[in-house]
Amino acid sequence: MKFVLDKNRALSPQICEHICLQIALGEYMPDSKIASVREAALDFSVNPNTVQRSYETLEVQGILYSVRGSGWYVASDISIAKQMLEVVLEEKTAQYFESMAALGYTVEDVKSYVKEWKA
Amino acid sequence: MNELLYCENLSKKYGKKQALNDLNLTLYPGSIIGLLGPNGSGKTTLIKLINGLLTPTKGSILINGNPPGVDTKKIVAYLPDSIYLNRWMRVEQIVDYFKDFYEDFRVELAYEMLGKLDISPKSKLSSLSKGNKEKVCLILVMSRNASLYVLDEPIAGVDPAARDYVISTIINNYNPEASVLISTHLITDIEQVLDEVIFLNRGNVVLHKSVDDIREEYGKSVDELFREVFKW
Repeated sequence: MKFVLDKNRALSPQICEHICLQIALGEYMPDSKIASVREAALDFSVNPNTVQRSYETLEVQGILYSVRGSGWYVASDISIAKQMLEVVLEEKTAQYFESMAALGYTVEDVKSYVKEWKA
Repeated sequence: MNELLYCENLSKKYGKKQALNDLNLTLYPGSIIGLLGPNGSGKTTLIKLINGLLTPTKGSILINGNPPGVDTKKIVAYLPDSIYLNRWMRVEQIVDYFKDFYEDFRVELAYEMLGKLDISPKSKLSSLSKGNKEKVCLILVMSRNASLYVLDEPIAGVDPAARDYVISTIINNYNPEASVLISTHLITDIEQVLDEVIFLNRGNVVLHKSVDDIREEYGKSVDELFREVFKW
């Protein structure tokens, strides 16, 4: 999954979201080790402190856990990470309806259009 | 936490021109800090004061509790905004020179970074392109195990790919005991690695904040906020 940082928003929550999605999509398995803070910082081209903060937030939420002297691991229970999928679905859908509303389409218009949509 | 850099009412005058005006600033270890401001706002003056190349007209400046001098030069690694190395020297000679000069210089690390960039230790500095010369200077500075790295415009002369290299070098060498102060105009290229930024204007700090706080509070990137604050 391609990850592009939005520099207009705080970076740390964006990294949290991205890691949740990676877990939810099975890129990281339960109880597997994830990239170290430094590796992830290089990978995302961000400050190591930002990654550290993201990992700590995810630990509080029960999505990651840390092992002293070893690194960061995905929790055995990934249901919380999976909830992130729904959060993103809701967010993106709301954005979509908003931008269609700006073009003058009502929610009903868009819904019927989506129903007919052949992907 | 102990203060790595402490400036109190720091002022510098060049004749009648007030370059820094009662500047107060405190920096702690463990962060990467952007020093931003329009031309002539005092960035380089502040950097030269930190390195003891200038003396304050008024006020005080302390690095780890000491005024700039022999003790502070041991813990501050400085990248000036222009190339100051002898052009006739070979890269390996300059590495030796740095090794003799600084107790904290890590020779292996310097060669490792040079190798990654395909810069031969045998090449003469005068035979390198401007961008490669700048990379050599950066490598020398980052090869020190310093407490404070002061980089004056480290990415101005290098191509975008090399900028990424500079940024990853800074990330790679990050250590929680040290801080990096970077002055630059190229905010967009560097803002994602910063912890905090200092906006300087007319010799004074107009804003000193954590970068994620800026994004949250203003809903803007640092670059955008800069353009707004310094609109003319």
